[in-house]
Amino acid sequence: MLKKRIIPCLDIQDGRTVKGVRFVDIQDAGDPVEQAEAYSNAGADELVFLDISATVEARKTLAELVERIAETIQIPFTVGGGIQSVEDAKRLLDAGADKISVNSAAVRRPELISELANKLGNQCIVVAMDVKRDSKKDFQWHVVVDGGRTETGLDAFEWAQEAETRGAGELLCTSMDHDGTKSGYDIGFLQSLRQKVSIPIVASGGAGTMEHFAEVFDQGRADAALAASLFHFGELEIPALKQFLKTQGFPIR
Amino acid sequence: MIALVDYDAGNTRSVRNALKRLGVEATVTSDPEVLRQADRVLFPGVGHAQSAMEALRSHELEAPLREITAPFLGICLGMQLMCAYTEEGHTTGLGIVPTKVVRFGDDANRPVPQMGWNHFESIKQQSPLFKGVSTEDNVYYVHSYYAQVDDSTEAVTHYGVEFAAAIRYQNYFGVQFHPEKSGEVGLKILQNFLELT
Repeated sequence: MLKKRIIPCLDIQDGRTVKGVRFVDIQDAGDPVEQAEAYSNAGADELVFLDISATVEARKTLAELVERIAETIQIPFTVGGGIQSVEDAKRLLDAGADKISVNSAAVRRPELISELANKLGNQCIVVAMDVKRDSKKDFQWHVVVDGGRTETGLDAFEWAQEAETRGAGELLCTSMDHDGTKSGYDIGFLQSLRQKVSIPIVASGGAGTMEHFAEVFDQGRADAALAASLFHFGELEIPALKQFLKTQGFPIR
Repeated sequence: MIALVDYDAGNTRSVRNALKRLGVEATVTSDPEVLRQADRVLFPGVGHAQSAMEALRSHELEAPLREITAPFLGICLGMQLMCAYTEEGHTTGLGIVPTKVVRFGDDANRPVPQMGWNHFESIKQQSPLFKGVSTEDNVYYVHSYYAQVDDSTEAVTHYGVEFAAAIRYQNYFGVQFHPEKSGEVGLKILQNFLELT
């Protein structure tokens, strides 16, 4: 049986992890390579690295970082942040990334997804979408970009379907309403989304307890669950989380 | 010498990194003569079957790949291209095995591509590639098409249907999963491949 995936996400700025990771066995809390290895050893099923560097120069060093990560870990990882073209994506894949993710750039120019899928294969194209619940209407969500700062007015389900049609191999959906609240994933959104697309869905935003993971896999029907600070600050240990989910009857590696 | 086939349709770096972990430096090549002389040939592949076959043709690698006498390992799309035919782009493969490659059907409970870790339904007894590997072990998959189970099947996995997780014909092996991305289990399988006699 295909296993449910647990995915820690690391934010990278100028080649360093932004918030740092509090692991007992880590010497340098800001080194993404060391953190990647620690997570891989702890049983993470995949990793996501999001580059939030503001400058073009800093992004160039990302490829070197990706090379070092690829030499170190033996599990798949996705790299996103600032990818605007097939060339940007190819540079990261050639460096050893298994998947690349696009977000705002794809919303601004949806053809980007088609170009990436046609040239690189849809298996390595992740479309990341940040969504916000419509405050006036029930069961409606909109896409927001630029880290939640810019409303697009785009219907989240329509955008998800367009991304799939254009060749996305996976969706990474972050609920801006739930992100950082530790109140659980946006189950309502994920349930509806599951009925609209048939590619894998990675849920993100809101995890606070082990029960939230059980909920997102069960009711939310997500294929994978992503979390960041929850893992980084040691509030939840991956081995304990996976053991818990196993005893709950979920297929877990 | 361990050769890694380079035809612009494979992610050679990950395989090279995994081999490095096992202490082996692979030669990345599209030269048929180098492939003929290699002690091992690894044939990775990602992307679309049709464009990958076109890339093989433009590198004039079709015939040389069919004539390898050393142990050969196709990975992911590389394995699918070893088959006779794939529905992806209605493409004729290398035909090393008579197997047909088809697309996963629509099923609300099973997203396509199959993306993630899966274990084995069964592994052929005494399979040298899977020495020390149990059916409970998980390996990493990313694919929308699968090779149908037939006489060449070496291991079976289930995703809505049973499909060939691995195939074999004489010195030719193929795996649908990514051993280079499958942690310690993947490394063991690659090590087994390197140790084939």
